[in-house]
Amino acid sequence: MKNHISVKQGLDIRLYGEANKIIQNETASSSYALVPDDFPGLTSKPVAQPGDTLKIGSLVFVDKYKPEIRFVSPVSGILKDIVRGEKRKIMKYLIIPDDTNDTEVFEKPDVNTLTREQSVSFLCNAGLWPFVTQRPYGVIANPETTPKSIFISFYDTAPLAPDYEFFLKDYLQQMIHGLKIIRPLTTGKIHLGFAKNSGLIQSFLGLDFVETHTISGPHPAGNVGTIINKIDPINKGEIVFTLMPQDIVSIGNTALSGKYSPERIIAVTGSELTHTGYVKTRHGASIKSLLNGNVEHDPDAVRIVSGNVLTGTNVGYKGYLGYKHPQITAIPEGKKYVMFGWMKPGFKKFSNSHTYFSWLFPKRRYRIDTNLNGGLRNLVVTGEYEKVCPFDIYPQYLIKAIIAKDIDKMEQLGIYEVIEEDLALCEFVCTSKTQIQAILREGLDLIRSEMN
Amino acid sequence: MKSVRKLLDKAKPNFESGGKLYFLHSFFDAMETFLFVPDKVTEKGAHIRDAIDMKRTMILVVVALMPAFLFGVWNTGFQFYFSRGIDAGFWQIVGYGLKMVIPLYLVSYGVGVGVEVIVAQIRKHEVNEGVFVTSFLIPLLLPADIPLWMLAVATAFAVLIGKEIFGGTGMNIMNPALLARAFLFFAYPAWMSGDKVWVSGLTQGEGVVDGFTGATPLAQAAAGSPHFTDGLGNTLSTMDLFIGAIPGSIGETSKLAILLGAALLLFAGIASWRVMFSMLIGGMSVGILMNVLGNTPYMQIPFYDHLLIGSFLFGMVFMATDPVTAAQTNTGKFIYGFLIGVMIMVIRVLNPAYPEGTMLAILLMNVFAPLIDHYVVQANISKRLKRFKQIKA
Repeated sequence: MKNHISVKQGLDIRLYGEANKIIQNETASSSYALVPDDFPGLTSKPVAQPGDTLKIGSLVFVDKYKPEIRFVSPVSGILKDIVRGEKRKIMKYLIIPDDTNDTEVFEKPDVNTLTREQSVSFLCNAGLWPFVTQRPYGVIANPETTPKSIFISFYDTAPLAPDYEFFLKDYLQQMIHGLKIIRPLTTGKIHLGFAKNSGLIQSFLGLDFVETHTISGPHPAGNVGTIINKIDPINKGEIVFTLMPQDIVSIGNTALSGKYSPERIIAVTGSELTHTGYVKTRHGASIKSLLNGNVEHDPDAVRIVSGNVLTGTNVGYKGYLGYKHPQITAIPEGKKYVMFGWMKPGFKKFSNSHTYFSWLFPKRRYRIDTNLNGGLRNLVVTGEYEKVCPFDIYPQYLIKAIIAKDIDKMEQLGIYEVIEEDLALCEFVCTSKTQIQAILREGLDLIRSEMN
Repeated sequence: MKSVRKLLDKAKPNFESGGKLYFLHSFFDAMETFLFVPDKVTEKGAHIRDAIDMKRTMILVVVALMPAFLFGVWNTGFQFYFSRGIDAGFWQIVGYGLKMVIPLYLVSYGVGVGVEVIVAQIRKHEVNEGVFVTSFLIPLLLPADIPLWMLAVATAFAVLIGKEIFGGTGMNIMNPALLARAFLFFAYPAWMSGDKVWVSGLTQGEGVVDGFTGATPLAQAAAGSPHFTDGLGNTLSTMDLFIGAIPGSIGETSKLAILLGAALLLFAGIASWRVMFSMLIGGMSVGILMNVLGNTPYMQIPFYDHLLIGSFLFGMVFMATDPVTAAQTNTGKFIYGFLIGVMIMVIRVLNPAYPEGTMLAILLMNVFAPLIDHYVVQANISKRLKRFKQIKA
């Protein structure tokens, strides 16, 4: 098949609690929060002050070092509070909605004559630029740079991930319009990744500025990083932009209507929920409004993750949906001792290794809790990362180079090609329980600060 | 179960920082985590983790060693009574074997785990499970009559100098268990080589059947003997060598027991099939080459017999596959294993000074493993660099 990427290394973690194919309408959230920490490396600078009235699309804060990057309100209401943490770091902007639904109005861009400058200024002014992510580093893109290409994956292979094929077919017009808006950003192509038997792909085949690819294989096959690595790996000095499918919908919607469109559909998943499904909501909505009293157990015994279980954020029952998370996942907390747990045959324990008998049942699903299942050790076992990492890099050597803070080695070993989500499975399978994502972020931050 | 947990919870504060038994906290922690998988939950990164941990990995290696250990116990007793011409019953044989082997284990575990706990305490890390495998392996590599004090010194040397000074399990360059054997081999050669040490009780000489020889098949091969015999001169069949009721180190003689262990390690995916496979290929190809070109009797023994004599298989399954000291890249593992196989045969057959090459070959390649990996990783780096230059051009 033309443009097909077949991934061999990887792992599908088979959890209970996949989202049922029902879309619920939006339920009002009593508060919304914008969390700057959803974007690595972002320092926010408030523009609106507590007490200010906000419309949908009103400016709330900007990037302190790049004030043209604006973050706007997903709802109309009042900025209740700017919550600060240690060293007065801004943790979140808390908004209490009203029911006026007043909306800021933007000039609609003309996609036929759109220049790069117009595209950038439209996305920045509308508050949509933060959704454009840049690789290397996995940070908000720099509006001044021109990427060699743009990648979007319409195939999420993460545990319990939403099925874009199921609900995005209703948003084709918006998506195509959105692609036309971001088209001038790059001199290269826009690459789109789809599942092998995708129905969505048909709608994009006619666009000459777009290249479509199909993907098959276990997670992280659908990660945008995997697609980049297989098609056109990032070299030192090169930049690639990535977006999430629903960001394109947002961009298209905003450009078509002239009004900021924060709406998205997220999958509500996890073994601890009575009902799973898809919910219409907007970024920053409270977890409570998404769950709607849906948690089966005592909330203290359940961890609620905004995002998937590999890369998401532990936001808790009182938290808020993150900017970039297309799902929330409720899994059991594992704060309990298990006597001789490491000696048992383990028919119900999930492991990528064959050290528990459960591997004899490849179809079985699991209810996995958050227990670390062991203690932190030096790296001992070798070859296990390679089994779940489809990239042409040596993860263990890269991680060691980062721990040693050896920037030359990090570059040589391909740190520019990966961000946390790409190595999240290595962290999952690690016998020594190494904090790979945190280490990788340290390395990326270190290189980024050295470069600037 | 609950009561044990309660007891631990009650005792725990004493062992924590500031408690009066703080100097034992590593030991307490080791005991606690031995009994219970801790209640630690994920804080950063992935919210769920694989069920595997170091304890699981290491216990499976110990389980895989069990057949070799059990056979070794029996064989120690069997060789003893055979050398004396006594027709002993099964339990009598096992009884003698246990009498000889259990003290070795008490010493290797006492010293090995002792050193590990003390170092963990000083360096403030958790007790690493690797030492349980090392301590289990060391006696299996030795003759049953080895004096206990020698074993104690060798074990301490292996754990301390071989591992801890590099930073503990995961940081060491050479396989600690093999290092213990090498230490004894060079420090006390009289106890580690010759025709007498491989059968328990033979060195004392009393009561031994007249004309009995304790020469191992390996020594016979080195002496140019065309076929293998037991101590009384009866020919040993291939099956005899495979089952392993022959003189030798405690754990190395039974190929059957070793292969059972290998099956478990490969089934569980703990030992690298790449290392085992390439080592087999390496050894056998040199064996075939010697068969073709050979002009000495030793070079002409069939290549497959090399698997049945000496410790080729034991080294292949349990020593070369140690993930820390082997090559770490998949390509590197092939090269590493292959070269070990080649080196064993070269040392064994072509070098007159050492009858067995497994220990030295593996230790040598342990030292070279980082170099092999370096070139494998460098190839990846060069590929990336080439891509980068193409873009620039």
